[in-house]
Amino acid sequence: MEETKINENKKKMEQTKIIDLKNISKSYGGDPVLKNINLYIRDKEFVTLLGPSGCGKTTTLRIIGGFEQPDEGDVYFLSERINDVPPYKRSVNTVFQRYALFPHLNVYENVAFGLRVAKVKNDEISKRVKETLALVNLKGFEKRAVTTLSGGQQQRVAIARALVNNPKVLLLDEPLAALDLKLRKDMQNELKALHERTGITFIYVTHDQEEALSMSDTIVVMADGRIQQIGTPTDIYNEPKNAFVADFIGESNILDGVMIDDYRAKFAGVEFKCLDSGFDKNEPVDIVVRPEDVDIVPAEKGMLKGTVTGVTFKGVHWEIIVDIKGFKWMIQTTDYCAPDSVIGVYIEPDAIHVMKKSEYSGMFGDYSSYSEEFDELSVADPEAEEQTGEKDTEAADE
Amino acid sequence: MNKRSFLERFALVPHAVWSILFIVAPLIFIIYFAFTDRNGNFTFANVTSLSNYANIFGLSVAFALIATVICLLVGYPLAFFISRLKPSKQKIMILLLMLPMWISLLIRTYSLMTLLDNGGLLNSLLNAVGFRNVQIVGTAGAVILGMVYDFLPYMVLPIYTSMSKLDIRYFEAAEDLGCNGWKTLRRVVLPLTVPGIISGITMVFVPSISTFYISQKLGGGSFDLIGDTIERQFMNKSYNVGAAISLVMMILILISVAVMNKFADDDKGGQLIV
Repeated sequence: MEETKINENKKKMEQTKIIDLKNISKSYGGDPVLKNINLYIRDKEFVTLLGPSGCGKTTTLRIIGGFEQPDEGDVYFLSERINDVPPYKRSVNTVFQRYALFPHLNVYENVAFGLRVAKVKNDEISKRVKETLALVNLKGFEKRAVTTLSGGQQQRVAIARALVNNPKVLLLDEPLAALDLKLRKDMQNELKALHERTGITFIYVTHDQEEALSMSDTIVVMADGRIQQIGTPTDIYNEPKNAFVADFIGESNILDGVMIDDYRAKFAGVEFKCLDSGFDKNEPVDIVVRPEDVDIVPAEKGMLKGTVTGVTFKGVHWEIIVDIKGFKWMIQTTDYCAPDSVIGVYIEPDAIHVMKKSEYSGMFGDYSSYSEEFDELSVADPEAEEQTGEKDTEAADE
Repeated sequence: MNKRSFLERFALVPHAVWSILFIVAPLIFIIYFAFTDRNGNFTFANVTSLSNYANIFGLSVAFALIATVICLLVGYPLAFFISRLKPSKQKIMILLLMLPMWISLLIRTYSLMTLLDNGGLLNSLLNAVGFRNVQIVGTAGAVILGMVYDFLPYMVLPIYTSMSKLDIRYFEAAEDLGCNGWKTLRRVVLPLTVPGIISGITMVFVPSISTFYISQKLGGGSFDLIGDTIERQFMNKSYNVGAAISLVMMILILISVAVMNKFADDDKGGQLIV
């Protein structure tokens, strides 16, 4: 009896909207950065704001933190309007991009900073700082100058400095952008574990879709100052709402198509069975087919037929580019296909995802300029990422 | 490689000649005169006679300290204010601040004197609205006013330099961690601008303690500071005592600069100009 009550309470807690943004708009010098954002974040959730530079994700985070004021709209914290509450009075702490650790203080004093400001007793400070440093695997670093730490260690100090204050919400602004790939993967796991252990709501900003998919409970995809889609990582990946989301999250073949009737889509000149319904008859739509969902069959057995124009070995699979009626498809397969060979493709009904036409329709073409696009997509080296990050903040600072 | 290092060495020659002629040689003369009597015999008499000048040293230090403290109290908030302006406005403010430095110190001091003098602009204005003359020139206040007026930019500039280097994110981080404006100033801005403060203090204190012109013009001859005393000694051809006072003052300044530099950590933003 008692237990069910507790469980119910817990459920209720998790349904609580801890942050609620209503009709938020913001522009810098006449340039709109956020256009009517509506978003709520549940208590204890791990939410990621995902989008390319300049999409407004950092500005949204800074509005929640109190560093920016929205031009229009309201910010609620546990149902209380906090538009006019300055950052130092919000129970929200931030892990800044490039950390912003205080260079005049050592690791211990950096972490203790918020507690000292709050006039917490010394022995309590010492206890909490030690606990938090242990939590981020920095035991024994108390006396070190922050300037002597590596990027990953500084990152941990920044996280500890925020967490030690027991905030209701932790804001993380591209915290891993400056780290190298290997360290980034480790930190992703650690952050996820930290989230589970502390039970604090995490709001995480990144432009790295893989990071977002692997860490978040909920992803908020943003572009051009608007929220494009809110959903779980699987929703976002499997059911992208428009061509932008489909293109930004993972690889996609996005085709122009027509919904002939419920469960009947026509694209690439051929009619396919699909699982989507609820469109008007003959409504023009965008069709998404993920590269891993396309099966390769002998040419004569294929629903579509095309010529292989490119083959790249990716380790786990081959990435091949197939020209089908002038549209270059990307297909990921474990079977090798020789360049210039003619192959057939087979697409299961559940591999076809139908989307309403949007302002992004037609903006993301096929993989004909694949090599260039690939360069752009693989921002593996941290410096390139830092630059995009910088651009983002510059926009925010203006 | 050889050629380049030859060029590098050659580049030093003009300044080396200059310093030997006008810095090293005079220093040697000062040391020589400080430890000899009129006939050129070695003696400690000049140095030991300096106890007669203890009051003057004390007064000079007091004046310089007061002027430095006032400069700091006025200059620090000003530097903070300027550093928070838009970059374009910062440039204008710094230009305005440096404008007086383009005019000779002597002329500036002299014009301040004519402004404050009995028949000066200030008193004429006071007379015009029916007040009596205020005697300013000749007071200790006038001397300190002159020092602050002449040396304030030297306080503001280094502090401004170390402030403008502060990342905006330090302010945001402090605010994020619970600091209001004052607490941010005390816990983050102040400690991070210590090098600038030390620089500013040095650059105001050193010229203040050695000035003679300001005390003569604005002090109306009522205050004898070290600078005045040295000048008088040399005017009276009492080179030996003059040199001894100069030497002691130089050593005092060196010690105080060294002590202040101890407080400043180079890598914490700001820069030491001395």
